[in-house]
Amino acid sequence: MTLGGWIIMLVSVGSVTALFCWCIFKVLTTPEEEEKIHGFEIETPDAEHK
Amino acid sequence: MTSFTPKETWNSRIGIILAVSGSAVGLGNFLRFPGLAAKHGGGAFMLAYFISFLIIGLSICWAEWAMGRAGGQKGYNSSPGILGAITGRKNLKYVGVLGVLVPVMIYMYYVYIEAWCLGYAVNFMAGNLDFQSGDEAGAFFESFVGIGENGTAFGFDIKQVGLFLVAVFILNFFLIYRGLSRGIELFCKYAMPALVILALVVLVRVMTLGTPDPGNPDLNVSNGLGYMWNPTKVFLEERSADGDWQKAREIVGERSLSIAQQEASASPDLRVREIFLPEQLTNFQLWLDAAGQIFFSLSIGFGVIITYASYLKRKDDVVLSGLASTSANEFCEVGLGGLMTVPAAFTFLGIAGATGSTLGLGFNALPMVFSSMPAGQLFGFLFFFLLFLAAVTSSLSMLQPGIAFLEESMNIGRHQSVAILGFITAIGSGFVVYFSKDLKALDTIDFWVGTFLIFVLATVQIIIFGWVIGIKRGLKMANQGAIFPVPKIYGFIIRYVTPTFLLTIFALWTTQNVFGYNIITGQQEYSSYWKDLFIEPNGVAILSVFLIIIVASFIAILAAIAEKFKFENEEGKKS
Repeated sequence: MTLGGWIIMLVSVGSVTALFCWCIFKVLTTPEEEEKIHGFEIETPDAEHK
Repeated sequence: MTSFTPKETWNSRIGIILAVSGSAVGLGNFLRFPGLAAKHGGGAFMLAYFISFLIIGLSICWAEWAMGRAGGQKGYNSSPGILGAITGRKNLKYVGVLGVLVPVMIYMYYVYIEAWCLGYAVNFMAGNLDFQSGDEAGAFFESFVGIGENGTAFGFDIKQVGLFLVAVFILNFFLIYRGLSRGIELFCKYAMPALVILALVVLVRVMTLGTPDPGNPDLNVSNGLGYMWNPTKVFLEERSADGDWQKAREIVGERSLSIAQQEASASPDLRVREIFLPEQLTNFQLWLDAAGQIFFSLSIGFGVIITYASYLKRKDDVVLSGLASTSANEFCEVGLGGLMTVPAAFTFLGIAGATGSTLGLGFNALPMVFSSMPAGQLFGFLFFFLLFLAAVTSSLSMLQPGIAFLEESMNIGRHQSVAILGFITAIGSGFVVYFSKDLKALDTIDFWVGTFLIFVLATVQIIIFGWVIGIKRGLKMANQGAIFPVPKIYGFIIRYVTPTFLLTIFALWTTQNVFGYNIITGQQEYSSYWKDLFIEPNGVAILSVFLIIIVASFIAILAAIAEKFKFENEEGKKS
């Protein structure tokens, strides 16, 4: 494998691995939503028309 | 104000992330992606791949997560209900029909491939796959899946797929029957980490293969990785009778290069040519393949994410969850799949073994590779069991949209909807498996549903999000409960860039793959899929399309008559 090949492979694999690890870290360290019942807060087009 | 008590919810955030990742991670991660990267040259392909990831992948992913959760808040879990309820246009429920049709139809043939993976794992374990030649590997595959003649795949011998098909069908419906959190989520919580561990074990084995054949020193792992990742492609070219230079063969490794240079210096009609990254990027096929890979790999446009997200709670974070599930898929695809299959195939079989179709690489070349390596029986089993786990998590996700739709449209419970969907998919899968000659039924449904309709659904979904719901409201929906918002630039990307990019890719793909028009040479020959229907009619292909139309009609009729989709108390009545 050429030097260019090594660089591309390491950058590609390294970037997706870093993104994945960061996401998992954020998911595991952020408190979850505790609410159990669905609400009705999203605005809808008719709401905008009112 | 109306509030809805959800029938089911996810048990945890990590649970839905693993379920969505499991849906996305499939055979394409380990077989299709590395093949495409090697074909086009790692540098250029990865550049196009990452651009497609940013423009198509993240945009549609966030849109589907946001629309799904918003639909769930209104008491809908299936695409027809979600699209009708959140847009206030009840006729969009007919667009949502695609979000049920696509996963249900794909399941009908995907379960067949899932059975191949389990069958190969068991046969490796039993020591039945000790191939001495490519012909032997090919003959086993043909016999196992029944390519030779219709109706021959139903055998229940260990060397036939029938037994495994029944096993995976029962497993899938058992898990679906258990429900969202006790079935899908629980299975994915164990299967996904197990899949990554298995992939790492096989990866370590591949990376330590060295040079298995000292008589052919160019066939080693380093060159296998180079074949896939080197930014510059090297070819021996031959001058044709009309003076054009044609590629004779690709060159990887110093010894092969030296031989090619000697051949070129001995003949004026041969030359060694390097194709650098900028020239590779001018190949439109590379962009088409990169965008297509991102598209299919992330399970966007399948109708799956929108249904999964509808079971979220009101303020669950969809931005982080969406990013986490796509990053998990990318890690499995680039970080594991990209280092494993093609380098292994190259190391034992050379370039000829590492190229070809996804199924050719997976079920012909790789069994040969495992047969050739020390402890290959164990590693062959581990690899195909890894593919099996990936396939199960994907197929489960294909069933949930159908379950949700039947529950809503027929006002029935989960167990009844599981029984009805089981009946429908059993008939469909039976059709696909019976017409196994040349895999014609599988191939036809995969093309028209697994490729064509997915393009249509994804394009429609992003247009609905960016133009019907509107960017301002759409991003507000997505950002609700998020620990970090969708970057503002995505407002512009989702509204203008993604639809343009998708429509361009779709137009080029249709021009090339349906109408057979070669944009570079200007020559035209209709694709086999078009010929099978309109020029040289093929009975199985026509029946396959007929099956798609029957299932689509059934879903559309249910969507039309179901009380819940009349949106009498929803915004739909005002459209």
